[in-house]
Amino acid sequence: MFNHLKISVCALALLSAPAFAQQTSITIGMALEPPNLDPTGGAAAAIDEVVYANVMEGLTRFGPDGSVNAALAASWDISEDGTVYTFSLRDGVTFHDGTTMDAEDVKFSLDRARAEDSTNAQKALFAGIADVTVVDPLTVQVTLSEPNGNFLFNMAWGDAVIVAPESAADMATNPVGTGPFQFSEWVQGDRVEIVAYDGYWGDKPALSEATFKFISDATAAFAAMMAGDVDAFPNFPAPETLAQLDADPRFNVIVGSTEGETILSTNNANVSDVRVRKAIAHAINRQDIIDGAMFGYGTPIGTHFAPHNPDYMDLTGNSAYDPDLSRQILADAGITDLKLRLALPPPTYARRGGEIIAAQLREVGIETAITNVEWAQWIESVFRGKDFDLTIVSHTEPMDIGIYARPDYYFQYDRPEFQDLNATLEVTADPAQRSTLLAEMQQIIADDYVNGYLFQLAKTGVANANIVGLWENSPTQANDLTGVSWTQ
Amino acid sequence: MTRFLLTRLTSLILTLLAASVVIFLVVEVVPGDVASVMLGLNAEPEAVAALREELGLNAPAHVRYLTWVSGLFTGDFGQSHTYRVPVSELIADRLWVSLPLAIYALALSTFIAIPVGLIAATRAGKATDTGIMGLTQLGIAVPNFWFAMFLVLIFAINLRWFPSGGFPGWDEGLWQGIIALTLPAIALAVQQASIMARVTRSATLETLGQDYIRTARAKGLSQRQTVIRHAMRNALIPVLTILGLQFSFLLAGAIIIENVFFLPGLGRLIFQAITQNDLIVVKSVVMLLVFAIVTVNFLVDVAYAAVDPRLRRRA
Repeated sequence: MFNHLKISVCALALLSAPAFAQQTSITIGMALEPPNLDPTGGAAAAIDEVVYANVMEGLTRFGPDGSVNAALAASWDISEDGTVYTFSLRDGVTFHDGTTMDAEDVKFSLDRARAEDSTNAQKALFAGIADVTVVDPLTVQVTLSEPNGNFLFNMAWGDAVIVAPESAADMATNPVGTGPFQFSEWVQGDRVEIVAYDGYWGDKPALSEATFKFISDATAAFAAMMAGDVDAFPNFPAPETLAQLDADPRFNVIVGSTEGETILSTNNANVSDVRVRKAIAHAINRQDIIDGAMFGYGTPIGTHFAPHNPDYMDLTGNSAYDPDLSRQILADAGITDLKLRLALPPPTYARRGGEIIAAQLREVGIETAITNVEWAQWIESVFRGKDFDLTIVSHTEPMDIGIYARPDYYFQYDRPEFQDLNATLEVTADPAQRSTLLAEMQQIIADDYVNGYLFQLAKTGVANANIVGLWENSPTQANDLTGVSWTQ
Repeated sequence: MTRFLLTRLTSLILTLLAASVVIFLVVEVVPGDVASVMLGLNAEPEAVAALREELGLNAPAHVRYLTWVSGLFTGDFGQSHTYRVPVSELIADRLWVSLPLAIYALALSTFIAIPVGLIAATRAGKATDTGIMGLTQLGIAVPNFWFAMFLVLIFAINLRWFPSGGFPGWDEGLWQGIIALTLPAIALAVQQASIMARVTRSATLETLGQDYIRTARAKGLSQRQTVIRHAMRNALIPVLTILGLQFSFLLAGAIIIENVFFLPGLGRLIFQAITQNDLIVVKSVVMLLVFAIVTVNFLVDVAYAAVDPRLRRRA
């Protein structure tokens, strides 16, 4: 009798035990908490790192390789002159509140982003739109004031996601989108939770729920990874521990590239002599900075362009490390006692990199006065006030060489030839022509030594070895979980 | 007694008013604009202007000061610029982490410190005393963030008894919350307990030398009874003073420990708000902490007066 009972108890226990089900929840670590969850009303990368592709979708979207793919727009036609885009929207798309996504929502979203009182952080993306017309519920026509070769690319940004008029106002705390996951809970200061949305129009994701946990302290991030409290940390804030994590079979270290060109930004109005800028460029040893400030992660660049882009030109030779040449240039120009101010914002690449650059410049006889500034102060005095000589910053927006065509941009580079090329590029859609133009543009800013081009910021992440499908590179700042799954 | 209370209360209110002016002015001169920070580098100037208008940043300084202070009285702390939720809500959420953590740490340190201090005092000069004093010296010397990392290494990474940090929220159950706060509370308590144990020891030693202790012993009470019935009570007065100070410190000073354990507490809230230039949050949280500390001091003053009649007359 007793034995019988024992057996049935065992059987019961076996039945009720989870049958080694595939894990479908994931905890993602992030160093910074998003200030709010509205990608159409804030620039913080952390917003997109939670909602992009997961909760919110646009007409087009970025793939892991940076390509622009169809999203809410199933297809599109471009008029002969390149000014009218007719988007055919997907059928059966619903927002997480159950309402239908149609052409009216697209019109609302685009009009909202380009409106006079819009607080969109990338309002320039929508500047070329002259009119948005609803043709029928699944067709929307966007007319541009002039052709724009980048229009589909622009529509893939997180700032261009489609929102509904009913929920747009509360996006900061309750984002309602069309993505495969819907927003569930935000415990401020600790985590954001999202869960799979049953009514999703596309392929269902393998994960049923995801938690984004915010851990800013580098040591704490390492501890959370080691203790298994976090499954993946796509932008790991403690690069010094990556070697140790890499040696541990429980983890995969994922090293990729970001869109962040890290530059020694130079105020061309103050340092107007190209010879001085050239001397600075040759005084810099990029590998020393990458090794000393970034623990060896980063790719040297010689112009303002991402090395993983097919159109990238390796112009590092143009400003190769050569302190003797640097001294020679300064001597020939009769420049002595050069003293420049160097403003350093908080990121490690700036603070540590700045110390190294200051030492390298001192070697060739250029003195620098370093000031550490917080971001708010940097934006006010350096970026808006243009009150600086040198600063170090990573320009993380994708394809942003166009900033060199804006003479009032903070580094104040003013070269009409470059501005003409950029204007041509903006209205050119032909890939071959675009490549030629981009090559010319990269060459000009390298030859003018506008800024000291340092390195492309690496994306260094860590994940549990059983997780597949995380992005290696970051063509846009996102943690796209649609293709992520556990292997066991 | 009434006059004493009135003067104390007036000085409390004046202190709070002065603090509010200082906090407001300091925050005013901080460089940087929250709207620019939120919209980032590519923002169009008109988008920044639109956001400034939306956030009510364009009103003159005295109007903003009065709105803020009058809001404080009614419990309306304004709206966080970056989080876009009421500041009072943010503070309330964080207080539910910081306050229990402070109480937990204080309870731990008291339960450790007082017995340890008493034992050391009764065995003054012997090996036990030397050992305890050496340990408390170490407890004071070791920085709490380092000790915190040490605890994480042993109990979270190697033994996996506790999570390495984070706070699930009280909704997940009382037990989960207590587990999450245990390592941070220990890290905070060790230093406080060391200080308190030393104070307890010296205060007890002092009372043990008093005449009434000798009388008690002469009456035939055992050493143990004397210590517990007579010496401890009198020795507790300086200990209570320390306790009051430590509570304020634990509430306001856990910023580093909150970062090590990524706890969503008040300290981290201030830290985040400062980096994002969300100054309305900074102002209100600092004001709240000033209020808490001033109030604790007021209560301590009142308690002293209740205990010692001489203080009442002097005021």
